[in-house]
Order: sequence, then structure tokens, then C-alpha cells
Amino acid sequence: MQFIGETGPAKREPSLSGKVKELSGTDLDRCYQCLTCSLSCPVAYAMDYYPNQIIRMVQLGLKDEVLKSSTIWLCATCETCVARCPNEVDVLRVMDTLREMALQEKVEGKETVIPTFHDTFLGSIRLWGRSHELSMELTLKVRTRDFFTDLIMGIKMLLKGKLRILPIRIKGLKEVKDIFEKTKGAGS
Amino acid sequence: MKYAYYPGCSMESIAADYALSVEAVCKALGVELEELDDWNCCGASSGHCTNYRLSHALTGRNLAIAEKMGMDIAVACPACFVRLKSTIHEAREDDKLRRDIEQVIGRPYEAKYDVKNLVDIMVNDIGIEEIRKRVKKPLAGLKVVSYYGCFLVRPPKVVQFDDPENPQSLDILMDALGAEALDWSGKVDCCGGSFSLTKQDIVRKLISNIVNQARQVGAEAIVAACSLCLANLEQRQTVSPVIPILYFTELMGLAFGMPEKEVRGWLKKRMANPVPLLESHNLL
Repeated sequence: MQFIGETGPAKREPSLSGKVKELSGTDLDRCYQCLTCSLSCPVAYAMDYYPNQIIRMVQLGLKDEVLKSSTIWLCATCETCVARCPNEVDVLRVMDTLREMALQEKVEGKETVIPTFHDTFLGSIRLWGRSHELSMELTLKVRTRDFFTDLIMGIKMLLKGKLRILPIRIKGLKEVKDIFEKTKGAGS
Repeated sequence: MKYAYYPGCSMESIAADYALSVEAVCKALGVELEELDDWNCCGASSGHCTNYRLSHALTGRNLAIAEKMGMDIAVACPACFVRLKSTIHEAREDDKLRRDIEQVIGRPYEAKYDVKNLVDIMVNDIGIEEIRKRVKKPLAGLKVVSYYGCFLVRPPKVVQFDDPENPQSLDILMDALGAEALDWSGKVDCCGGSFSLTKQDIVRKLISNIVNQARQVGAEAIVAACSLCLANLEQRQTVSPVIPILYFTELMGLAFGMPEKEVRGWLKKRMANPVPLLESHNLL
């Protein structure tokens, strides 16, 4: 069977489904395409493929399309699909697995700002042991070259004393750095 | 009643005001919170979205610290709560993962103790009757809707708290405080918290939906239990006048008759000022 994608016939990787099943601990074959996940998803309207389509595409081995999709990053991790799936498919764990795969394989997808945010957020934890909002937000602005969004709100929050100026560095920072090293987390 | 307390990063910055009312209300109810020594960030959604082992190790270190204290853990932030709870849940089901966590964090961890969110502690450990007895200044006439968001109730298999579609805990609590908790359909809708710094257009759409549903039933304020939800709800409303958002612990403190000066202190850092509303009901 051939799958015709946006750019013509798509390459299929039959091992994808098994790999996702193994890494996510989720039996994708339980999905019977009832669409409950997509109808429940608050962000489905902004995605290039609906969550149920992603599940089907994983079954079909359409690895490139899946890992480059905006869907895997636009999933807000709200768990509504997981709570409502009648066949107990853990769609969120599947999305987590696909995101992790995309990062490991350095796939350049349609969505770049959200992965940059995750990396910046985790980078802050790696640096201090706790996340530091202000330096993290400034780093994100530099990395995404978006200097003006929410600037006024940020200043208001600073004036209200809602953003801590200096980070808190935990005593066991070395332990946290080791955790990042051992798990090959952000920045390792 | 004593718990190991995991505050979480937001309690030191955007939700420093939430921390004040949480601590004051717990003290009034005789709930002792002993802060975990040298805790680290739980990794939040960025952890599990990008690296499975990292996310469980970041929470694992905190759980191992708490295990040494020999107590269940209390968490006020639902986002931290669901991360910690999910590591406990998975470590109990999968011993290979538990041993991997031990190896990565370099500490023993047996998944012996549980983690509880603060709403659960109030409603089920302290109990509604006990709370009702403490009310000195009932919040009469105040019409609110209770907003649970995602992580107090989802995923149901992991959090095992209340009904995932139509939870009641906060509503019962508001009722005990004398407020009118209105029924509405936005209780467990997502506020888009994980996109507050990246996809503001999505967040504004989700927030508008939630706020519209609150307005439709005639709510004067939204009661929240999560600092990220509160920040989003306060700052991303697009129609004025904005509906004020209050932490459930602030309303508890108010109803318990805590000094007005203290309560005003909690509310002064708010971006959408709830004081005029409370004054109009003679509560402040």
C-alpha cells in the first residue's frame, strides 16, 4: 500500500509502530479510530494532523511525516484524550515518545519554538537545580529572536515583584547535573 | 497532621502570594508542612515531553528526599503534583524503572509514600465538617465557579482523585465556606499553561472559552488551585472588565476570619484585582 503525502508518495518505515509501542508501553493497536481523542483535544484546531491521524500514521510507519508534524509539539499535555479514550490508549505517552524520538534523531519539524522552550526550561534546571523564570524567559527571547511578545506584561510582573531577580542555586546541584548527564538531558 | 512539603519553583516566584495563603491556612488547621530539604524542580511538562528517564529522575530525587523523612508528601501546585504522582505510580508498577531511577539519582528509592494535592488534603484528610466549623465570616452572596484544570483530576488512573469530568471537591469546599459554587462546564478545560511563553494565541483562545463559560452562569470570580492556571486566566482574558481569579486557600483564609491586613497582603500582587469584588460583598 502506498501513502500519498503532501509531497508525493511517502516512505514507510514498518518498524515504527513496534518501536513506539515498546518505548511508550502503549498498545497502539487498541485504537479503533473513534476520534474521541481528536474531538476532546483543545488544540486539535491548530494541528496539522489530528491526534487520531497520528496514531494511524504511526501504525502505517509514516515516520517522517509524524516526526515533522506540528501535532507532536502542539499537544498541550492536558491528558483529556487519555482520560476519555474508551480503549485506554495512552495518547500522551505516544506523543511524548514521538517528541523524544524527533529530538534524538535531530528531525527538523514544522514547529521549532516549543522544542526550544523545553530545552531552555530544562537548561535552567540544569544550571540552578530549580527553574528561574526571569533568566529562562530572557534566554528564550534571545533564542527565538522574539523580543517584543509579552514585553509589557513581563515588565508589569517585574514591578509587582512576581518575578524573582536572582535564581536559587540548590546545594545538591551536582546531583542534578549528574542526572542530566546520565539521561542525556538538555544540553548534554 | 504532618506532611513532607514540596513547594515547587513557582511558589518562589510567580506564585509567592499563593505560598502565603497556603501556609497560613495549613497553620490554622493544624496541618504541619515540613519542607523537603534542598528540593529540585520537578521538570514540569518539559521533562516528560522530551526525556522519559530525565523526567522520572528529576521527580525521583525529590521523592527519595521525602522518603527519608518518612511521610506522605503535600503539594499545592497541581503540575508538580501530577509529575511526582506519576513517578510513584510508574515506579510501583515497573520495578525496572524504579531501579533505573535509583541508579540515575544515586539515592535509594522504594516508592513507599504517597503524594497528595492540597485540595485532597483539605477535603478528605481534614474534612469538610472540620472546615465548616472554622468559618467565622461566611462568604455569603459571593458567586464563584470552581476551576480544576487538568492535573488535579487527570490522568484519572494516576491521580485517583475526584471525578475526571465533573469533579466536586472544590465546589463542596466553597459551599462550606458559604460561597455560592455555581455549576458550569469549564471545570476541567485546559488553560494552555504549557504554551504561556510560546503560543499566546492558543492560550488566549482557550482562556476566552473558559471565561465565557464562567460569565454565562453568572460567576463573579473563578476559584483556582494552580498558580499557572491563575496566571494564565488573569493575564490572557481579552474582554474587560476581567473576572478576578482567587486561590481557594485565599477564600478559606478570608472565611476563617484571618486578619484583613494579612488577606489584603496576599491579594496585592494580583494582576486582576479581586479586592473591589470582595469589598462589594463586605468581605474586606
